[in-house]
Amino acid sequence: MPKDQTLQSILIIGSGPIVIGQAAEFDYSGTQACLALKEEGYRIILVNNNPATIMTDEVHADAVYFEPLTVESLEKIMAKERPDGLLATFGGQTGLNLAFQLHEKGILKKYKVKLLGTPIEAIKKGEDREAFRQLMYELGEPVPESEIITNVEDAIAFAEKVGFPIIIRPAYTLGGSGGGIAASMEEFIFLVEKGLAESPITQCLIERSVAGYKEIEYEVMRDHTDTCITVCNMENVDPVGVHTGDSIVVAPSQTLTDEEYHMLRSAAVKIISALGIIGGCNIQFALDPFSKNYYLIEVNPRVSRSSALASKATGYPIARIAAKLAVGYTLAELLNPVTKNTYASFEPALDYVVVKFPRLPFDKFPYANRQLGTQMKATGEVMAIDRNMERAFQKAVHSLEGENIGLLLPSLQKMTTEELKQLITKADDRRFFAILELFRRGESIETVHQLTKIDHFFLNSFQQLITLEKKAMETNMQNVDANTLQILKEKGFSDFFLANVWDVSESEVREKRKSLGIVPSYKMVDTCAAEFHSETDYYYSSYFGENELKESDKQKVLIIGSGPIRIGQGIEFDYSSVHSVYALQQEGYETVLINNNPETVSTDFAVANRLYFEPLTFEDVLNVIEAEQIDKVIVQFGGQTAINLVKGLEEAGVNIVGVSHDVIDQLEDRDRFYQLLEELNIPHVSGLIADDEGQLFEKAKEVGYPILLRPSYVIGGKGMFIVKSEEQLQILVKESSSITYPVLIDAYLQGKETEVDLVADGENILIPTIVEHVEKAGVHSGDSYAILPAVSLTEYEKEQIVTYARKIVRKLRFRGIMNIQYVIHNNIVYVLEVNPRASRTVPIVSKTTGVPLAQIATKLLLGKCLEDVVEIKVELLDDVPYVVLKYPVFSTHKLPGVDSLVGPEMKSTGEGISIANTLEEAAAKAFHPYVSRKGEANEIYLDMDGLEETEEINQLKNVIEEKQLTVVTEMPFEEWVKRKEALAFFSLKKDEQSSTWRKLALSQQILTFTELETCQLFLKGIHCKEFSVSSIQQWLLHKQQTEKAVIL
Amino acid sequence: MKAYLHLANGKMFEGKLETELPNGEVSGEVVFFTGMTGYQEVLTDPSYKNQMIVFTYPLIGNYGINATDFESKKPHVQAVIVYETRDKGYHYQSQYSLREYLQAWNIPLLTHIDTRAVVKQIRTEGVMQGKISLTSECGKFVKEQQEQPIQKVAISQIETYGDGSEHIVLVDFGYKKSILQSLLERECKVTVVPYNTSFETIQALEPDGILLSNGPGDPKQLMPQLSTIRKMIDHYPTLAICLGHQLVALAYGADTEKLRFGHRGANQPVYDSVKKKVFMTSQNHGYVVNKESLAHTPFVIRFTNVNDQSVEGMFHPTKPILSVQYHPEAHPGPSDTTSIFDEFLQTVKNVRREKVYA
Repeated sequence: MPKDQTLQSILIIGSGPIVIGQAAEFDYSGTQACLALKEEGYRIILVNNNPATIMTDEVHADAVYFEPLTVESLEKIMAKERPDGLLATFGGQTGLNLAFQLHEKGILKKYKVKLLGTPIEAIKKGEDREAFRQLMYELGEPVPESEIITNVEDAIAFAEKVGFPIIIRPAYTLGGSGGGIAASMEEFIFLVEKGLAESPITQCLIERSVAGYKEIEYEVMRDHTDTCITVCNMENVDPVGVHTGDSIVVAPSQTLTDEEYHMLRSAAVKIISALGIIGGCNIQFALDPFSKNYYLIEVNPRVSRSSALASKATGYPIARIAAKLAVGYTLAELLNPVTKNTYASFEPALDYVVVKFPRLPFDKFPYANRQLGTQMKATGEVMAIDRNMERAFQKAVHSLEGENIGLLLPSLQKMTTEELKQLITKADDRRFFAILELFRRGESIETVHQLTKIDHFFLNSFQQLITLEKKAMETNMQNVDANTLQILKEKGFSDFFLANVWDVSESEVREKRKSLGIVPSYKMVDTCAAEFHSETDYYYSSYFGENELKESDKQKVLIIGSGPIRIGQGIEFDYSSVHSVYALQQEGYETVLINNNPETVSTDFAVANRLYFEPLTFEDVLNVIEAEQIDKVIVQFGGQTAINLVKGLEEAGVNIVGVSHDVIDQLEDRDRFYQLLEELNIPHVSGLIADDEGQLFEKAKEVGYPILLRPSYVIGGKGMFIVKSEEQLQILVKESSSITYPVLIDAYLQGKETEVDLVADGENILIPTIVEHVEKAGVHSGDSYAILPAVSLTEYEKEQIVTYARKIVRKLRFRGIMNIQYVIHNNIVYVLEVNPRASRTVPIVSKTTGVPLAQIATKLLLGKCLEDVVEIKVELLDDVPYVVLKYPVFSTHKLPGVDSLVGPEMKSTGEGISIANTLEEAAAKAFHPYVSRKGEANEIYLDMDGLEETEEINQLKNVIEEKQLTVVTEMPFEEWVKRKEALAFFSLKKDEQSSTWRKLALSQQILTFTELETCQLFLKGIHCKEFSVSSIQQWLLHKQQTEKAVIL
Repeated sequence: MKAYLHLANGKMFEGKLETELPNGEVSGEVVFFTGMTGYQEVLTDPSYKNQMIVFTYPLIGNYGINATDFESKKPHVQAVIVYETRDKGYHYQSQYSLREYLQAWNIPLLTHIDTRAVVKQIRTEGVMQGKISLTSECGKFVKEQQEQPIQKVAISQIETYGDGSEHIVLVDFGYKKSILQSLLERECKVTVVPYNTSFETIQALEPDGILLSNGPGDPKQLMPQLSTIRKMIDHYPTLAICLGHQLVALAYGADTEKLRFGHRGANQPVYDSVKKKVFMTSQNHGYVVNKESLAHTPFVIRFTNVNDQSVEGMFHPTKPILSVQYHPEAHPGPSDTTSIFDEFLQTVKNVRREKVYA
């Protein structure tokens, strides 16, 4: 049946700012949905307040609303746009919850909006545990003994009946937030209370734990004719007990017989059919490793992180197809977009192995509780493809950009065997490496199996790797024979690792390898194991077999992606990479993209002409460059990951456009950087370098407190500290092991912080706007609220900002895109930092000013001049006639042990924006989801003890009272956080008690501010209850009209 | 030990021989299977008689060989070609590793082959003869064997199973155990008869229905049986699977032809024009019923392959004959179409009721 002709316009709900459990995968699925429906001729209205996404590009939707994801806001949009249909299954749990509420409140009916795809009843059944259990009971599908509880007493009664361990799963939360496995009554009561508090409907499912079972997932699709297919199944290496988002996952399943594979597949098909889902669905099973008994664990009636992974793992674009099914198509009438020769009604056959590793944030939060359980903690993931299991594991590990050297994690070498055994029993982010370390020490597979319940099959793979690692260590570069080297390469040992153990340089290993004819071949991901001819250039490498690369005589440009999403390097880099691809294609180049993140749009095979799913290491990137005979390489959009590759690639003779290692070094090496600024007469904060602890104290005194300590090369402010006095420095040195020497000591100026993103052609620059941070310098730019255009700069300060930018660009003859951060203190503009690459703010600036920075930069990188690319003749554009507020979003509540105090080290996982005519309205929108949830709450707790009663604090108190809110300072905090009047917690102090209080506030989901300016901003918006909604297209039109008005 | 796979088109692949090589070389038709699980079922499916099987999934043998998932009593393939296998089967039911099992039956296992490259040869040039030998010299290819593989895989004595109410005669051209199992699960009494059993013998068994099984090779090798088959299917409610389906077509004067490289896997989409939806099916066939030739028969095409539009099944408009090219019994592969057996047995019951009341 062809598409639904009764629809003209469709409203799509995005998933909002990135948080743990809801990340870039929804940008990928949302972008696919927008594209799939746009090509059908529908008018697409999109709501998503996450500016770093590609889906929110004005080209992907006819009207893009950066508005709060609340019922109130959506109703306004519906009233304004009057869409015919609503698509809610592409915006993660956020989208589903909103659709559900819009339905319950009768808003869909009121505006005659048809819910497309999966019907509301199916959403309800998939989400409401009771309804779901009832359905499974009717279908005869086993679910673990469980009970829905809404109070602790019922939970205790259940526990007494079934015994421990018991899993606690709160209803309607993201990424299993608030849940856990309890082994004792004490632990159980704690988790139940927490779960009930976190669930928006105060409901938890408690169930008998099947921890230790195999965890198997199926990605299922269904159309309205009841044709069902499973796109892929996946097996978690970590058995049930670790959230699938935090597990190492392989596809397809490896240890299931055909009987078991199809037993679960049939169950999955039966369930999706009974639920009546139209589109995609993720179904998770627990399978007893010693019988055919299985239990159903979870059903997600929507696209998910797993469906993004399955799409990349198989080549089958689940979200794209699901969007088409939602408007009436059937699977059998849609072409398979990979082969373009077969249809979407089939199940992919893989002829390779896929491994997914989670990217966990404990390198940034070493003090957090790193144990893995039912609550997801990963911020991102990597995927690896190979013909064999062992190299797939190795590729995944190489893609993590962690502290490991090959399979070796040096920090584990210091641990005792007993400690390692404890570590693998409890499971944390180091488990894989700890298992390898145990094998290195001669522990048996059986021992490790007993402690982890990981299947022997996988442990055997791990042990094979250690056996080979030993083999590598026993030989050296002179003696290694072709056969041994071939095996080592085929099983994934990197040139870097071999160079390390053979004590030679990586390029020597590379030379040797190539002289023996050991070079990778590239294989296609084609959905069909080569049964049919495929049109799509989607490749992975293998050090074995025939090369399948297709010839092309076009000029080729390689774009290096940014790898897994981690704190400090997020989805914004994917945005820039994808835009660079668009620009290159416009210019007629063949685009080649390399990346390893399955969640992103950049790794959609439909984006670049050729996609390589590979680790972003020197070896793998150079291999692609050589195999493809790349003409030009672009590194400016791949974050620090790509920048870090420049030196090696440059030495290997690769043509990197726009930036050289020397330029990067001038900007990153502090001595050279300050020298550069001094030459250009640009003020910089005073700073010195200390090579050891002795020098540290001496030089700190010389610079003068307060100081900012930081390592020489940083991402996301890792290892940065603000120190206000010598006493504080002494404490820090004593307590912190994270000071690595040489350490940079800068004077810490508590001034106004601003930044710009500019494009340059070596001579001329274009700055669309100046971004001003709300908080004073000292808060990482990623964690600060920011306003654009800047609101409090003098003309002189703006001029200085532009002048310094121009000077730096001209001095470096810099081409492409650059981010410069400034601090303004006592009317002096200082340059803090220059990043010769796209930054976090690029998408925000691009979208809200209408200047596509990444695309312009790409064209400049190809050799064009600014005047050829844009018509604008000024260096700094006029301010847009509206206010854009960027706000950070934290996932701190998923990471027990992490303090919500903001500082120089970045902690947020995502960001949102709001656009309005006034800052008050923009602030109101930013805090709207929180404030509307808090109902009548009106108390702000000030953590005042010991704080000076400064003028600012007194002012703040006055403002709070002006807003008819109540200041609380005296009440016992433990009591206050539980009050329904508790609205926000303002905590400025850095001591232990405050930290405990902030964690308590976090657990009660009370908004906490640790900077005065943020709190002031919050208060600005508090009484602006009414807000209006406008699409970015409307704002930009408004901008154009005011520009015209000026000219006239 | 190093060994070589030679293809009839001159391409050669070097690999590692994991087992002994009987007579120093082995040859057969090279076919590929795209399912990611189910190697045990494939190896023991009699329809693969004389064929050298290439598994496209690169890791074969992960869960070993168990005592329950056999489709017949022994493996029938000529040789097994994979990228990797493990020394052990990792599964609680595993009794042998793949290598041990194949060695025990004297079937060569060739590993470390770029199976994807082999598949691409077959895909572009069609199925061809292949040879595994210890030398990189190709030598001469023996002409394709003319023997009838069915004789080698089918039973020679009548066997009886179960004691259910419906009595089904399963005509054995090399049946898969799962077909028998599907009938027994539905409470049938099943008599398995050799493929060349006479109509009279079958009549004497007084069946309620006939099931023509799958089997290896070209259906036209059974030309001499067609008249008996025609009599059987015209007389009794019939379900025919795979080779059986092709024989129904031939018995009614339609034609069969060889596919370029067959359908072998667990993901073949089949459109059912009665239920108006697509099912995922398990398939293993190199021959197919010619669509045009069916125009001269009363048969109506019910099932069509979504990818290449080939005939996947048909029914007789007036007689209770239903035939499918795919494998509703699954094993390996999806069980989405098992209801074909229910449909068949419903027909059997209806016909019997009519007879009783007639």
